[in-house]
Amino acid sequence: MKHALQRIWQWFEHRLEIGKTVWPLMRHPVPRELRQRMGWLYVFGSTAMTLFALQIVTGICLGMVYVPSAGEAYQSLQHLNYEVEFGWLLRAVHNWSANGMVVLVVIHMAQVFLMGAYKYPRELTWMLGVVLLLLTLGMAFTGQVLRWDANSYWGVGVGAAMAGRVPVIGPDLVQLMLGGEVPGGGTLSRFFALHVFVIPGLLFATLGIHLYLVVRKGISEPPDVDQPVDPETYVETYERKLASGDPFFPEAFRRDAVFIGLTLLVIIGLSVILGPTGPGVPPDPTLIDVEPLPDWYFLPLFAVLALSPPALETVIILVAPVIVLLILFLLPIVDSKGQRSARRRPLAVLIVVSLFVAYGVLWHLGVEEPWSPHMTAWSGEPVPARMIADLPPRGLQGAAVLQAKTCRNCHALDGKGGQRGPDLTHVATRLTHDELVRQVIQGGGNMPAYGKELSRAEVEVLVAFLETLKPAGNAAARTSVVTDQPQ
Amino acid sequence: MEHPVSGENPQGEGDRLHNGHSSPRSADRRSLLQWCAWLILALGSAAASVPILGFLMGPLLQTRRDRWVDFGRVDKFPENATRLVDLLNPLRGPTDGMTGKMAVYVRRIEGETFQILSSHCTHLGCPVSWFQESGLFMCPCHGGVYSEDGERASGPPPRGLYAFEYRVRKGRLNVRLGHLPTLQNPGSSAHV
Repeated sequence: MKHALQRIWQWFEHRLEIGKTVWPLMRHPVPRELRQRMGWLYVFGSTAMTLFALQIVTGICLGMVYVPSAGEAYQSLQHLNYEVEFGWLLRAVHNWSANGMVVLVVIHMAQVFLMGAYKYPRELTWMLGVVLLLLTLGMAFTGQVLRWDANSYWGVGVGAAMAGRVPVIGPDLVQLMLGGEVPGGGTLSRFFALHVFVIPGLLFATLGIHLYLVVRKGISEPPDVDQPVDPETYVETYERKLASGDPFFPEAFRRDAVFIGLTLLVIIGLSVILGPTGPGVPPDPTLIDVEPLPDWYFLPLFAVLALSPPALETVIILVAPVIVLLILFLLPIVDSKGQRSARRRPLAVLIVVSLFVAYGVLWHLGVEEPWSPHMTAWSGEPVPARMIADLPPRGLQGAAVLQAKTCRNCHALDGKGGQRGPDLTHVATRLTHDELVRQVIQGGGNMPAYGKELSRAEVEVLVAFLETLKPAGNAAARTSVVTDQPQ
Repeated sequence: MEHPVSGENPQGEGDRLHNGHSSPRSADRRSLLQWCAWLILALGSAAASVPILGFLMGPLLQTRRDRWVDFGRVDKFPENATRLVDLLNPLRGPTDGMTGKMAVYVRRIEGETFQILSSHCTHLGCPVSWFQESGLFMCPCHGGVYSEDGERASGPPPRGLYAFEYRVRKGRLNVRLGHLPTLQNPGSSAHV
């Protein structure tokens, strides 16, 4: 039996010659230093690639049921979630694996940057890595559109609004992006084509060259403070290291295998526990009580768009990404030799730390959305009872005006309500009577003028109420200038 | 474009030996044939790319203009009030499903004077909500606020709400709309 199997194998091997082609490739030597703990930093790229493979497989499965038609996509997702056997789990795996892929690509990039692995002779490998990052984000955005709920419908609208800002060709870009005059059937099917054919094709091609370079130029050895990169001698030194190196398969691959296995377990675990994401509110343009939000990886960008000065906004939307990309692309050209170790590259460490901190802070702001009115605060968050307990009728009327005129959508009391404007809990200690009247009538800062919306009587009672908003025993705000107005 | 003389490479050498004779004339002929081969390949490729590029650029070649839509009798809209009107987009496609619907704000100021305002924020296109109580439109995305007449009141929007052209015919309100308004391609009415 064994003999027969061996003969069959030999029959194939005689024709395939894997032993002469693929096997030596699998056995290509990697530096011996990877045996140390440092070796565990080399697992992120292969794991990201594994998740890409998982995306392909789950994506193909989902493609057997998903209908890329604006009229039916939503129902087909519901069908997948609730009726198709394992449909919900497959959607969940596709989603969490996508998240994992974005995270791992970024970690891989940070690791390569910190270890100076982008330097000579691996500059091109890094550049293709930047392309892979872009394509991964492209997959993330187009995939979010395919979810075809209110978030993705309005997300496409946001994309169109951004494209519409490009000088001269803006309207044409919008038309091309939407596949027509409005987001609809043409839009979904072209995002489907991008997500399923175009971007994966580009990803495959780029990944192929990326891997080719990884094998041809070899995995970078762990950085050594005493061995800065010198293009004159680097290749020779590196070749010498490889002579005593370990074969990639199976010796070095063991660590990849462990990390890939654990990552898959985490992703399947998350999928089982948390389930798929959406679809949320149906993509019905007449349902306007929605608060569109992008998936988490784009939230910081969303936050930047809320926080940037309006005059600079178009520049930030259109020019900043180009500059960031140029920096990423040109990095290995500008900085192709010298020190690799992060211990001697404080600037590199500082850049990575500040980027992650900035991303985290912007992400947090994106979740909190302090710049957005809370649309239901005016009806859902009553004035705290203690604030109106001992009020005379005028004050009570004022509190009613404050609620009814939707002030609470932007102003909190006791921390409850919108964060767009200042919390009014102690406003009387900050603004005098005159300043309150002026602010209500004329607006200012980010506040609209309410002069036209409020009658004189309403302004008076509103301000009467606001003047009571101070901690017990605190004096009201006063100006130093004596005016002839009665206080 | 001149093609390199084929006799200079080993391949050409072999050809010449095989043909058994070589003259400047046959070299010319081979170079002409080669040139023709490239030309035919180029022509075929061009022919194949025309329909593909044309298809991809299709949305630009076939732009549809906004259309007039009947919004019903004028007296359906109370004076000095703003209403959200749901309708079917006149430019919807056969596969649009519920995305073929749209919603616009109709503000009847008085008599036959209206304002038809888009529900898309001019900042980044999110849907604005109307608050009759405070006479404001508020956007949930980045805090854009517009006053009753659609003018920008606060927040990041670069301009007031997009507006659509309207007319009153035989007591009925007609509005011209369809496309998704964006900064350089706003609604059918130039002014807010």
